[in-house]
Amino acid sequence: MFESLQENLSSALKALRGRGRLTESNMRDGLRLVQRALLEADVSLPVVKDFMTRLTEQAIGAAVLKALDPTKQLVYIVYQELVNLMGPVDHSLHLRGEVSVLMLCGLQGSGKTTTCGKLGHSLLQRGKKPMLVAADLQRPAAIQQLQVLGQQLGLPVYADLSAKDPVALCQAAVREAKASGTDIAILDTAGRLHIDTELMDQLSLIDRRIGPDQVYLVVDAMTGQDAVNSAKAFNEALELDGVIMTKLDGDARGGAALSVKAVTGVPIKFIGTGEHLDALEEFHPDRMAGRILGMGDVLTLVEQAQQKFDREEMEKQEARLRKGEFTLDDFKKTLGQAKKLGPLNKIMGMIPGMGALSDMMGDVDADSEMRHLVGVIDSMTPEERRNPSKVIDQSRRRRIAAGAGVEPHQVNELVKQFDVMADMMKRMSGLGMRDKMRAVQELTQSGALSPGGKLMRQKVGTGKRLTPQERARQKKLREREQRRKKRDQRRNGR
Amino acid sequence: MGLFDKFKQGLAKTKQLLNTDIRDLFRAEGRLVDAGFLDELFEKLVRTDMGVDAAQEIVDDIGERFRARVVEMIEIVEEIKQKLKALLAQPAEPIHLAASGPTVIMVAGVNGCGKTTSIAKLANMFSDDGKKVVLGAADTFRAAAVEQLTIWAGRLGAEIVTGPQGSDPASVAHRAVARAVETAADLCIVDTAGRLQTQQNLMQQLTKIHRVLSKQIPESPHEVLLVLDATTGQNGISQAKHFTDAVRCTGLVLAKLDGTAKGGVVVAIRKQVGLPVKYIGVGEKAEDLALFEAEPFVEALFAEGS
Repeated sequence: MFESLQENLSSALKALRGRGRLTESNMRDGLRLVQRALLEADVSLPVVKDFMTRLTEQAIGAAVLKALDPTKQLVYIVYQELVNLMGPVDHSLHLRGEVSVLMLCGLQGSGKTTTCGKLGHSLLQRGKKPMLVAADLQRPAAIQQLQVLGQQLGLPVYADLSAKDPVALCQAAVREAKASGTDIAILDTAGRLHIDTELMDQLSLIDRRIGPDQVYLVVDAMTGQDAVNSAKAFNEALELDGVIMTKLDGDARGGAALSVKAVTGVPIKFIGTGEHLDALEEFHPDRMAGRILGMGDVLTLVEQAQQKFDREEMEKQEARLRKGEFTLDDFKKTLGQAKKLGPLNKIMGMIPGMGALSDMMGDVDADSEMRHLVGVIDSMTPEERRNPSKVIDQSRRRRIAAGAGVEPHQVNELVKQFDVMADMMKRMSGLGMRDKMRAVQELTQSGALSPGGKLMRQKVGTGKRLTPQERARQKKLREREQRRKKRDQRRNGR
Repeated sequence: MGLFDKFKQGLAKTKQLLNTDIRDLFRAEGRLVDAGFLDELFEKLVRTDMGVDAAQEIVDDIGERFRARVVEMIEIVEEIKQKLKALLAQPAEPIHLAASGPTVIMVAGVNGCGKTTSIAKLANMFSDDGKKVVLGAADTFRAAAVEQLTIWAGRLGAEIVTGPQGSDPASVAHRAVARAVETAADLCIVDTAGRLQTQQNLMQQLTKIHRVLSKQIPESPHEVLLVLDATTGQNGISQAKHFTDAVRCTGLVLAKLDGTAKGGVVVAIRKQVGLPVKYIGVGEKAEDLALFEAEPFVEALFAEGS
């Protein structure tokens, strides 16, 4: 998410960093790089120009040039401006006492129906009783799609397959919502082009007749320069209350977030980060700006971890760790818990300093490697899981490998990795979340833990085989070298 | 400003004058090609979504050839248009038909880019040509995707092969092609689930569908069309790259071109990935599909006010 914007900005700022003191002229070069990065990230041109004007004013100012570390200062200004541009934020849905109505609108294919399901799911989790309303009478099978989502989530869906008029349908749906005692009706309207006056009129008619409490525009994160045009048109027709940005889990640069916020002025409320129905997160401009600049998004990760990690399970494991009882079974559970957070690459992108690592992993499919690991552990006896490095001998190793469908050396790799991991766990067991993050970071930097990379490293031949004679000669040379070293040490010691 | 700076500035003007092309001396109107001019040109190009690299390349080229000359912006733009038209020109035969047996067309793209609608439009176009089409609803992931295509098939009178939700898309694709062979259909169009190009497991699944089809009929799929939403910005390049890596795309369908988005990213895609645009989608109805033509497309890229 936002990786590329992040990458571009980081490299733009890196280019500035090496130059020692900044002058006005190379500051301008730097600003050009920032501008380029924003444009590459699909931020709309008018928004970029505006952003650059404000940035330039501040960056060329004397305060920056005289600052001890001007580059840091510039980074800070860019960060602050990004936060200002994308914020302030307001995640409240402004629900009323009785039935609140939320309306979703947007272009075709922006992800309204899926978002409708995700919103319903998140409200349900918060103890509300939402109802989904299939008001998309345009696209074939849109109603069925919402019905299926409702079924999966256990939510009521108001639909009328014979309806022709979405306005009447929405009115009936709201009546039904009041009668059936639901709190919130979420209207899934048909996708439409912002220049289709007929359909835009219809949308504002629904708006007037129903008077929804909140109107959200659903925007595809991959949108390019056109984002300003469509967002402006929807905002004029409807007076939007918020924006939901979808498909941010891909490699979209997400500049549309900046554009849409800048033209409509309404806050970005949520972001969609996956195909699964719980992949809807609150939008945080400060975190997003940090992410864009490559500062990592620790807070989001911590929040996710707290939500999804089973607290009890974690405490149990910690207690065991303290006693030094961490086993492969626990390792497996940890893997399972980590998996709940989402695809491994995504998690790593959120840890500061590990963004580069997830790039490095690139083609390594971390999730399938993880399945291999679990397979290997599953093929072990309880005794082997408790004490892998002591119990597992060659014959056991062969048996486990056959059971898991891997090569014997892969079993070895796992055991070795487990040792490192267990050691790390023991050291980390007493630390708080923040310190843990730091510990993980240190480990990554020291190279002790390289997920994917070391997880299942393939053995590679060195390309040459030595004859026994050659080996013997090399051994002799090595020993001679060592003796010489020792001698030198003794001499220096005196 | 110091005296020296003023002097330098003065000299710069002289230098510009010295560099003035003799052809421009007698021009009454027009503008000097300077940094401001090039910036303006750059903005014009960036607005089309063609991307910073492509835009910069063009601007650099113009800067090199016309620097310090006096020109009309319109002439320069005209020249750029000519180049783009040549770049984007459509291959003579948009769809490569199989010599014998059904032509298999596989359609892929990210979520919500308009795959299913584009397939309906393609099917409609081929039926109008008197060809018999079988549709394969291999989007077994998204809720009601099969229903969506089934409704279209009903409207168009095309045969459709489906599978239950969650089943293996490759098997649906296989059965669709088998059906096309059996009924001696002219074409088989296979729909696939939308996926982001970064989802490796799903991209592998797509590769599998491709593999299964090519085992079934050696040369198939004869065409692999990537549907691209015209509102897409620079991410389109990544889409084109990754999908081409996974299933060797043969061309693009540029959907939703009836809005204000210009779809300029296809310029960058053509340059970097080499994929030509074959069709454009310009509406929600079955007949709203047109052959891509570089001429009007490029004109629209630079049209003001839309």
